[in-house]
Amino acid sequence: MLRKLLIGTALATSFAFSAHAADVKEVQMLHWWTSGGEAAALNVLKQDLAKEGYAWKDVPVAGGGGDAAMTALKAMVAAGNYPTASQMLGYTVLDYAAAGVMGDLTETAKKEGWDKSVPAALQKFSVYDGKWVAAPVNVHSVNWLWINKAVMDKIGGTEPKTFDEFVALLDKAKAAGVIPLALGGQNWQEATMFDSVVLSTGGPEFYKKAFNDLDDASLKSDTMKKSFDNLAKLVTYVDPNFSGRDWNLATAMVIKGDALVQVMGDWAKGEFHAANKTPGTDFLCYRFPGTDGSVIYNSDMFGMFNVPDDRKAAQVALATATLSKSFQSAFNVVKGSVPARTDVPDTDFDACGKKGIADLKKANEGGTLFGSLAQGYGAPPAVANAYKDVVSKFVHGQIKTSDEAVTELVKAIDDAK
Amino acid sequence: MSTVATSQIKLTPEHTRRRASVRSRLQDALPKIVLAPSFAITIVFVYGFILWTIYLSFTNSKTFPSYAITGGRAYQRLWNWTFDVDPPSSWYTSITNMGIFGFLYIAICLALGLFLAILLDQKIRGEGVLRPIYLYPMALSFIVTGVAWKWFLDPGLGLEQTLHQWGWTSFHFDWIKNKDFVIYTVVIAGVWQASGFIMAMFLAGLRGIDGEIMKAAQIDGATTFQLYRRIVIPLLRPIFLSAFIVLAHLAIKSYDLVVALTSGGPGGSAWLPSNFMYEYTFKRNEMAVGSASAVIMLMTIVAIIVPYLYSELREKSR
Repeated sequence: MLRKLLIGTALATSFAFSAHAADVKEVQMLHWWTSGGEAAALNVLKQDLAKEGYAWKDVPVAGGGGDAAMTALKAMVAAGNYPTASQMLGYTVLDYAAAGVMGDLTETAKKEGWDKSVPAALQKFSVYDGKWVAAPVNVHSVNWLWINKAVMDKIGGTEPKTFDEFVALLDKAKAAGVIPLALGGQNWQEATMFDSVVLSTGGPEFYKKAFNDLDDASLKSDTMKKSFDNLAKLVTYVDPNFSGRDWNLATAMVIKGDALVQVMGDWAKGEFHAANKTPGTDFLCYRFPGTDGSVIYNSDMFGMFNVPDDRKAAQVALATATLSKSFQSAFNVVKGSVPARTDVPDTDFDACGKKGIADLKKANEGGTLFGSLAQGYGAPPAVANAYKDVVSKFVHGQIKTSDEAVTELVKAIDDAK
Repeated sequence: MSTVATSQIKLTPEHTRRRASVRSRLQDALPKIVLAPSFAITIVFVYGFILWTIYLSFTNSKTFPSYAITGGRAYQRLWNWTFDVDPPSSWYTSITNMGIFGFLYIAICLALGLFLAILLDQKIRGEGVLRPIYLYPMALSFIVTGVAWKWFLDPGLGLEQTLHQWGWTSFHFDWIKNKDFVIYTVVIAGVWQASGFIMAMFLAGLRGIDGEIMKAAQIDGATTFQLYRRIVIPLLRPIFLSAFIVLAHLAIKSYDLVVALTSGGPGGSAWLPSNFMYEYTFKRNEMAVGSASAVIMLMTIVAIIVPYLYSELREKSR
């Protein structure tokens, strides 16, 4: 009896040990890509991993949306229960890395040559203290105009090259009885548009100083005041019912031809595709006037956590697959963004995508690739949100003049630093 | 009570009474055993976390909690923001909105609830149908209420658009898009949801009033108005208090209604302190400031609840 028990225990223990030693063939993933196009894009990655024998397990998030996911992630990490990877944005990656919970993918990065192919501006967020902690999935860019071609033809407009030409174009649309500018009056949309306005008004050097380096003199400068004046000018072309509107509803106004143009990141292209519109014939994508040659970006990243050893192989497989050229191309064609490495062929992309890839490459080489402050790639969340507050209060009239706006901006950013 | 039981057991011969003593002890302890888990959970998850939040508000916690006490900088910042009137700081907007919303929400709900209850109390036909119609909005979550009213109040979708289509083109109602009026739309939706419930409370109170008193007053020649003014409403005082407490805590913890109805309002003009707390703790990674604002909200609730409990307890002991 005793012998049987001993053998049984020994067997059970050895079984437990061998199970422990084997790798867990599963990636646990926290993300909020649940809408049609995004989920389809992510499916490509799931299939790539399935081919290598790794199962995909979504970490459930109640309520969808990035905020809910970040709250869930905070709770998981606080409890010591790390997912294999999580969709993350900008400074969040660095916050978690500073808390010492991120993994280290430097070996994989070396093998796959990420150092050379991923733009340096992105590496600021995916590399912490010399170690690769995140795999960038895509690069979105914010300084785009999305124009309904039928409306453009009707009013006889041409591509605006400067801010003044843009205002003239909006005037034409107004005269023709179309809503000139489709805007959703939520603080992040207003601030996203203001990113482009600042780049257009002050030029690349000024944008970098003010919104990436948070240089006090630039934030206080007359150029910043001029930028706020330009923003106020644009807001006069918005329909009276804009406040609180979701971004995709504003895009729908352009798709339907109710409005001429929307200033929005390239995720808006997904909406045009979903409505079966083709670039060049149904809609036009131009860089925000006066910003050609520069790219204001934000990027989705998969932050890689410091998981137990038996899950590391799966994590490496996930990271490798994420930055593989084939996935980068397939995913970003669907998502509307451009690949996070500059050596991916652009053959499968549409005209806007091709332009986006070329622009990114040029901006990366010319040093004009800047993080979007509105999207959390210019400064930490406390500062970015203080900035959104000020822009939104200016658009909605709590802050009345550009003088006051500049004073408030400096004060809010100082307070949040 | 338990001490009495045990002393009795000691007096009796052990071998005959053992079974009974175990049972009676168990019976004595049963309520405590049953209550213990919920008591422990409440201690940890309510009072424990209140203390933790107070602790965090004195640290410099950012994204994650940090445990080194660094003083009251979070409170100092809130204090400074309290006086940022022009342009309004988010905290100033939140607390003034709390004042406007809290006052109007409670006052209108009480007035409307009482009015509806008095009307329903006139022994009318079909009361059984009318009562649930008024009560059912309470069964909806704030999210549903918020979304429904968002569509209804949206000038491009709801009331204004419909009236324009019917031909009344000069009709104008865009409060939900207006930074100065958006908080009143939150009041409208909130009142719509809660006034039926308050009506039910008052109705129960009205039904509890002794008919003899009413008859006596009528014989003395009181008019209907006097009857309600001098007799019924004073008799409803305890209901007023309970309704006030229910409404006050609903008002202070309103968060989802603002989010669903206005997503914060133009330029954040519809924020309540709870929105402020969530924004700062989870979106802006300023956990210390978020905790400090939560502590101030708690203080506000305590300032309302404690006098109420005090008066209740005093009345009972009398």
